[in-house]
Amino acid sequence: MTGPAPSPPPANADTPTAQQRETAITIYEKSVAGRRAATLPSLDVPERALSELIPQNLLREKPAILPEVSEPEIVRHYNRLSRRNFDLDTGPYPLGSCTMKHNPRLNERVAALPGHARVHPAQDPKRAQGALELMWRLERSLAEITGLPHVCLQPSAGSHGELAGLLLTRAYHADRGEERAKVLTPDTSHGTNPATVTMAGYEAVKVATDERGGVDLDDLRAKVDDQVACLMLTNPNTLGVFDENIAEIASLVHDTGGTLYYDGANLNAIMGRTRPGDMGFDICHLNLHKSFSQPHGGGGPGAGPIAVSDRIAPYLPVPRIVRDEGSNGAAPPFDLAYDEPKSIGRLRGFQGNFGVFVRSYAYIRSLGGDGLTDASETAVLNANYLLARLRAGRAGKYLPLAFDRLPMHEFVLSGAPAKRDVQAKTLDIAKRLLDYGFHPPTIYFPLLVDEALMFEPTETETRESLDELAEAIESILTEAESDPEILHRAPYTTPVRRLDEAAASRRPVVRQPLG
Amino acid sequence: MLEAIGVSSVDDLFDAIPEALRLDGPLGLEDGLSESECFDELAALAARNAHADSEACFLGAGMYDHYVPALVDAITQRSEFLTPYTPYQPEVSQGGLQAMFEFQTAISELTGLPVANASLYEGPSSAASAAYLAIGATKRTKLVASRGLHPHSRAALRTYAKGFGAEVVEVGLADGVTDAGELAAAAGDDTAAVFIQNPNFLGAIEDVAALAAIAKDAGALTAAAVDPISLSVLRPPGECGVDVAFGEGQPLGNRLDFGGPSFGFFAATEEHIRRMPGRIAGETTDADDRRGFVLALQTREQHIRREKATHNICTSQALNALAGVIYLAWLGKRGFTELGELVAQRTAYAREKLAAIDGVELLHEAPVFREFAVRVETPVEAVLDRCAEDGLAAGYWLGREYDEYQDGLLVALTERRSKADIDRLADSLERAVQGAGDEFLRAGRRNSPEEVAT
Repeated sequence: MTGPAPSPPPANADTPTAQQRETAITIYEKSVAGRRAATLPSLDVPERALSELIPQNLLREKPAILPEVSEPEIVRHYNRLSRRNFDLDTGPYPLGSCTMKHNPRLNERVAALPGHARVHPAQDPKRAQGALELMWRLERSLAEITGLPHVCLQPSAGSHGELAGLLLTRAYHADRGEERAKVLTPDTSHGTNPATVTMAGYEAVKVATDERGGVDLDDLRAKVDDQVACLMLTNPNTLGVFDENIAEIASLVHDTGGTLYYDGANLNAIMGRTRPGDMGFDICHLNLHKSFSQPHGGGGPGAGPIAVSDRIAPYLPVPRIVRDEGSNGAAPPFDLAYDEPKSIGRLRGFQGNFGVFVRSYAYIRSLGGDGLTDASETAVLNANYLLARLRAGRAGKYLPLAFDRLPMHEFVLSGAPAKRDVQAKTLDIAKRLLDYGFHPPTIYFPLLVDEALMFEPTETETRESLDELAEAIESILTEAESDPEILHRAPYTTPVRRLDEAAASRRPVVRQPLG
Repeated sequence: MLEAIGVSSVDDLFDAIPEALRLDGPLGLEDGLSESECFDELAALAARNAHADSEACFLGAGMYDHYVPALVDAITQRSEFLTPYTPYQPEVSQGGLQAMFEFQTAISELTGLPVANASLYEGPSSAASAAYLAIGATKRTKLVASRGLHPHSRAALRTYAKGFGAEVVEVGLADGVTDAGELAAAAGDDTAAVFIQNPNFLGAIEDVAALAAIAKDAGALTAAAVDPISLSVLRPPGECGVDVAFGEGQPLGNRLDFGGPSFGFFAATEEHIRRMPGRIAGETTDADDRRGFVLALQTREQHIRREKATHNICTSQALNALAGVIYLAWLGKRGFTELGELVAQRTAYAREKLAAIDGVELLHEAPVFREFAVRVETPVEAVLDRCAEDGLAAGYWLGREYDEYQDGLLVALTERRSKADIDRLADSLERAVQGAGDEFLRAGRRNSPEEVAT
């Protein structure tokens, strides 16, 4: 073992830690009238009365209340807040479906170069050739990785890419004089899938899962008809299971004229091994903040480029990045093209989250094709190793695999026996894991697994850290056998103890009350 | 590891992938690079872009070259903020959650509206989110948008409207501001929301209260896009009868980044709290009654509510919003006002200076904040090329998005554009307008198809 051995607190550790004794104080509560941090350039043009420039009735009467604090106070405040976060650089973060892989610092460095970070989005394309070429190269790389030839980088996140995918589907059918009403999503799908279906104006229809964890083909046959616009699928799915019937699924959907959408959240399992385009998908989104190492930032930013087949390409969002192959260097080769009459239009402003593109392109260039393949292979190896370690211990008894087959990059355990036999709910196990220095897996998802725990260790964890995680789970289940109360009251060592989430929704306090 | 798993090779772990679907060779990508090689390659790409350090940037159109203080980078690059996921485990996410709560408070103060979320993707798509809220709240499907609303926001509305089953109708500008008569005629009992922007795309300050009153008469909501910096001096939307205020957060401590990532902000009146899109942090207590923060009202969200969610959004822009609240704390109450006043004074100076040039005239006379539009008698693209040779990004060509303003140039100011920069711009523009001959005349405009379609 390389890391510190887990040192869980004794069960009666109810003496508050130093951090727990600190009261949470907001930056507003530190405000003292007259303090400030900012220095601004002085007025260097002739001064005019503001009311001479802007009619009085359009002016603000009272200044907005903002904190009045000095620079050292701001730095201390946010440094103190930062210590109240757990993060990937501190310890393993096996959050299923989120792909918490290491964020290389090189990517931050290149993204911060003024030639990337300080380019105005409305800069004339002639004077932003490096940025457009980077985007074009990233598009080509993603096309190769997905096996779908046309890429648009514009969507801001996975859910945004999903919406784009369904609007593309709508445009594709409309172009053929068709209007379809339904979109199919498996009962294992990410919540964003059915939520997107509704936003895109379709009815969400659920498809059942078979006993092997894949799409139930009989149920699919019963539901797929000429009113189905699209089937949205993740493969491997959220159970970590690769659906080997994918070719048949694709032909069922295609035979009735629907499109097949690939939710790229789990792409980290298959890079260099198989491709959505080869599986028969028409449209796919990628999460650059999952598979391609953009830091998650506490919830964002991300980017959700989409890749599509030839028949969907005419409808892609604008602007498109184009390269003039024939200019022979006489004219700048890259440009933004708007003249795409069948395009669904814009999904957002400007060109998308370029800073994310820089980081992900640097990641792809660092690893190369073989490196990406290695990443997926190691991610799958790590998940299977962690699973094997867990099954060899008490988890084998209390946390069985929901669908008993070799998983890919993630796997889902059911905590139902732990709840029944040792009164340890999945939530209790997750909260206790925090005391051991690990972020818990995704819990209570997918919904069809009772007391689900979904582990995705990623390729950037070492064997040693996987061993430690398995040992922590073993230790927690041992505690549960002897005294489940230890788990019920966890966590003990975190900046705050278990929080009342229901109260925050019953009587929402969503801002600081101010004078 | 293979032995523990009980397989003999890594290939065995991929057995579930049918043979016919397996990739039969390596990915057709270049070989990987060492860290130094990768840095050099990316730096070489960066070197081919003009940027706001290499030229004086008067470009705006929604994103602005404000100074980002050093402490923003220092704090947002900390691992504890940079590398966690969404705060699903609040006991180990108090830092991020409290920052969201502080951010929501600041946005609520700026906009004068009681409920703000913890951010959306960016500005223009937030317009579509406001539309979705309004359609849900009113059960109506017509969206009326002023042509003063950012062209990208109107384009996003049209794109999303196909999914919402909604119709988008545009209302023109008169003397630089939304034509109130045309708005009154367009907004009816089928209208879910009226969309305006303040200052509008031409920099003009709208009479938001008067426009919101027209919407209210029609029983529609008013959704206003606002420049957050303008809220230092302009009457906040919450005092003008606006129901939903949203906007592009980039001016608040975020890089230009060729367009992103930044954040969108979104605030509304109390009655819409359960229809709000995106994450919202809320205050609560822990088992020992300590103050703490959690994600509130999660039953609105896709991971709980699935097809019945109020929005499909999952990823927010937490790190960019964190930069936003740090920036606002850095400015503080007085600094924020001073910044707004400085920008207003510089804008007034630049507008007069440019309007005095022979061959340049104001596109409209309405009061402005931070941005203004002029007409130039020489083709704008040629003028911009000329000014670029002088190290100036002189502004944004309005003809890119507006048929009616082919000769329009939009010029933006921030605290970084000094009097000396403005004087240099005036000199360069004068030479460009007067000196540009036929050799600069180029055929072909680059209108976006969405603009041509309307």
